[in-house]
Amino acid sequence: MPSEEPIRVLEAKVAELRQMVVDGELDLKEELELLERKLHGLKEKRYASLSDWDRVALARHTDRPRGLRLVEAVTESFYELRGDRAIGDDPALRGGLARLGGHRAVLLFHHRGATAEEQRTCRSGMAKPQGYRKALRLMDIADRLRLPLVTLVDTPGAYPGVEAEEQNIAGAIAACIARMLSMRVPTISVIHGEGGSGGAIALAVADRVIMLENATYSVISPEGAAAILWKDAGAAPEAAGALRITAPRLLELAIADEVVPEPLGGAHNDPAATADALQAVIVRHLGELHVRSLDERMAMRYKRYRHAGGSRSNPDQG
Amino acid sequence: MPIRRDDRGRYVEVELGRVEESLWLRCTECGELVFRRKLRETNHICPRCGAYFFLTAQERIASLCDEGSFQPLTVGHSSSDPLGFVDRRPYEERLAEAQSLTGLRDAVMVGRARVSGHPVMLAVMDFRFIGGSMGWVVGEEIATAIEGAAEGKNPFVLVVASGGARVQEGTVSLMQMAKTVAARSLLAEAGIPFIAVLTYPSTGGMLASVASLADVTVAEQGAMIGFAGPRVIEQTTGERLPAGFQTAKFALEHGIVDQVVTREALHDELGRVLGVLTEGGHAE
Ligand SMILES: [Zn+2]
Repeated sequence: MPSEEPIRVLEAKVAELRQMVVDGELDLKEELELLERKLHGLKEKRYASLSDWDRVALARHTDRPRGLRLVEAVTESFYELRGDRAIGDDPALRGGLARLGGHRAVLLFHHRGATAEEQRTCRSGMAKPQGYRKALRLMDIADRLRLPLVTLVDTPGAYPGVEAEEQNIAGAIAACIARMLSMRVPTISVIHGEGGSGGAIALAVADRVIMLENATYSVISPEGAAAILWKDAGAAPEAAGALRITAPRLLELAIADEVVPEPLGGAHNDPAATADALQAVIVRHLGELHVRSLDERMAMRYKRYRHAGGSRSNPDQG
Repeated sequence: MPIRRDDRGRYVEVELGRVEESLWLRCTECGELVFRRKLRETNHICPRCGAYFFLTAQERIASLCDEGSFQPLTVGHSSSDPLGFVDRRPYEERLAEAQSLTGLRDAVMVGRARVSGHPVMLAVMDFRFIGGSMGWVVGEEIATAIEGAAEGKNPFVLVVASGGARVQEGTVSLMQMAKTVAARSLLAEAGIPFIAVLTYPSTGGMLASVASLADVTVAEQGAMIGFAGPRVIEQTTGERLPAGFQTAKFALEHGIVDQVVTREALHDELGRVLGVLTEGGHAE
């Protein structure tokens, strides 16, 4: 991504000036207004035409609100449930009971970890079979208690490891996909960071798929595609474009239903505003789904996934 | 076997020894040059070392079905390129090349057939077609076959030979995991059995979707069964892979499949499973 340096420098200057105005040292109101306008203009110009590769960088930005921090920002209360009742608990895929904009819900989310140490424990959000089996347990709870299911997806992919293979990670993902399709309650998935392949779709086969503006959802990382298809690691930006993994492209392909705009420059520039916007969209979709009958929702969901990805290749199919 | 260990004891994938035009094929396991016609007699098993060469969809159908019983299903569409994808070459070119190499529309053949006299709906994948990867057409054909199985009350048999999702179709290929799993729910509603046969390879998004959701799952000896590729696991985790990792035996030992079967025994094995599932008794 092109440098944010000029913006950062100007921001610092504006902050300095603002402090001087507050302190009453000098009458600089006019200069301040001028500079603030200039800063806003600079930001608009910088972020108006983000490339697909810029968005990949924003989706992976270290300061982007994610995991438990995002959950705490979009919910009024959250009570975590742990463990798959068989092997253990996976800190990379978490969930629990939540209140969200006045709605009760079961929440599932990837957690990458905030500190370096936590990131190691959470394997940067790459979940193991016990994570996906805990997700299955929580999906059952949602159906039993008639609570809608909301998932927040942000993972580079499912964890590739010897133990994960021994414990049938593929089967756990397949079971999650099947369970999400059979849910009797309304389901909403929010892809807000990286939606990495099987590890992401396991939690994203919902009635509504919402993406944050700078989130991605892909079968392979741009770097992986560059290595395999271009045989050139440097082709990752090109691969990001060709694979159409960004939210605006996936809206065109009808894989995402709605794109939630982010604050200028990305979610990390205003996490609170991002969370508020996201909560409002989730609540609106929950409201829309609640008024539909069970049969209607199940039929819509079946039709959607039975014909998934067919919007361009086969226009006469939904 | 197309997977072998290098001198440092790690697994490497080697080229599969099949060149369509040549009269001989080199066994990747023992290096023997085997006369093609001879291979047909041995069910494509190396006469020297017993390694399994993978089967094309047409060969698999011939070896599995009662003679002449396969009736292809007409699925009305041609191969698609949902993204208009171009890497170093246009995806359309790769598709055309794979079509002319295999004589197939895409990486799967679907149709009605009989196995040991039992009518089934069959979907057989072909590894030659872009690694047997699942794109929109493969997803559509499998889903259509499942619908046909549910309607016709025939057991559904899926023979997997797939490296996973088709990268050139991006997130659309990911959606095929959901599509095939959605279709599978029709089998459950109609009480129709689903049998999966995992062969070389059964990996990635294919294994993480419909291929893992059968009622009965048998692995062919020589299969490779796993979610992540050996190299990805080594590079991400630095873990050393145990001997026999992701083989059919490994899958059996870890509770991932019900049975491991040799290629010669597969036809009879399916006949037995279908017999137990469909003959007599009081299933409503
Ligand atoms: Zn040999």
